[in-house]
Amino acid sequence: MKNPKFDYERADSVEDAVRLLAAAGPDARVLAGGQSLLPTLAARLSAPSALIDIGGVAALRGVAFNGGVLRIGALTRHSDILRDPLVARHAPLLAEAVHHIAHPAIRNRGTFGGSLALADPAAEWPACVTALDATIVAHGPSGERRIAAADFFQGVYTVDLAENEIIVAVDIPVAAGDDRFAFDEIARRRGDFALAGLAIAWRGGAGGRLRFVFLGVGDRPEPVDLAAETVIGRIAGRRMEDVVGEAVANLSPSADPHVSSEYRLHLARVLCARLLNRVMEGRA
Amino acid sequence: MSQTPISLIVNGARVSALVEPRLTLADFLRQNLDLTGVHLGCEHGVCGACTMLLNGDIVRGCCVLAVQAHGGEVTTIEGADGDALTRALQSAFHERNALQCGFCSPAMVLTARALLQENPHPTREEIRDHLSGNYCRCTGYQAIVDAVETVSRQLEGAPA
Repeated sequence: MKNPKFDYERADSVEDAVRLLAAAGPDARVLAGGQSLLPTLAARLSAPSALIDIGGVAALRGVAFNGGVLRIGALTRHSDILRDPLVARHAPLLAEAVHHIAHPAIRNRGTFGGSLALADPAAEWPACVTALDATIVAHGPSGERRIAAADFFQGVYTVDLAENEIIVAVDIPVAAGDDRFAFDEIARRRGDFALAGLAIAWRGGAGGRLRFVFLGVGDRPEPVDLAAETVIGRIAGRRMEDVVGEAVANLSPSADPHVSSEYRLHLARVLCARLLNRVMEGRA
Repeated sequence: MSQTPISLIVNGARVSALVEPRLTLADFLRQNLDLTGVHLGCEHGVCGACTMLLNGDIVRGCCVLAVQAHGGEVTTIEGADGDALTRALQSAFHERNALQCGFCSPAMVLTARALLQENPHPTREEIRDHLSGNYCRCTGYQAIVDAVETVSRQLEGAPA
């Protein structure tokens, strides 16, 4: 279908965007890459009064490495992340997960910050930034605010952002030498939203912890942390099932017309065992 | 409804217009500029038939507003028609019967072209992955993948 009518404003800077957003009222929306927002307009699932286009704010696009932190600008495209050497080196989980996001033509437009702000429960980036203990940097009328990823996602399409705040960047603690990461998901077709997915971040080696964050099986990314020592011991004792059981203990995926709750949970367990084998290779 | 001025380059020519913000780039190209090689199938980012180049990258014209293309450079199949890679793909599609109704073909050719420009010698799996967002309801894809593979073999540095 064709889009409903809306007002349109182009922002020149972050401050400009915040000001335009406040002036436009509660039914205005931020337009970044538009790869989720515009299809919802075409399907008449949303009807914002105005779109504030931040696409021209060049300062919001790009990846930088500084003082042990990888900073990814909110308007960095999925395809930028796919090709960025700093991401490959310092946040390999993102470099692995990005291949699962939609298709090339969508990855060329869709943005990192846009995906986080939307918080689709089946999206890759919310789970990944939660697994990596990232910090979301938001900008509003009273300046900058930093929000831990674990606190940022509050439910289906619901995040800790005020109506007149926008995400400007995400700070990610970089990978250390013995950290291991793994990501995988199961979708019916290439590029579709995942029926279930999982990000594992193992930080701190044998004395550290494994963090499990699922996607597609809950209303938000919720981290489950297990001590690496325990996981290694159980897997060495051929008790992988116990580890999987603990990682999925709090999941109660909802059913939809295509997929039952039991099947989603089954997929979550299969992915968990698969990725544990991958991160534990040579270690347990 | 207020109209917004836009100015962009389409297939090498400067275009200025007043458009409603809600107009998609795909509709703008079809309706205002008569570039009907841009095909609209689903109009919400699923079928890939409206794939075009914006600032050198393949994008879906139904998921970009015309106002977002302000200051940018757009290339449609009509504008890409002249280069050797496009022609090689078109003729390989023809030779291999990689189209029946032709609705998906302009987008399929532009998407394959983008792949071969970045990775001149992809595996079949890489070809399938790259084309996964472009639906063809006629061919079953085998012939399309064959056609792209054929062109890849013609490119310099192809494995013997």
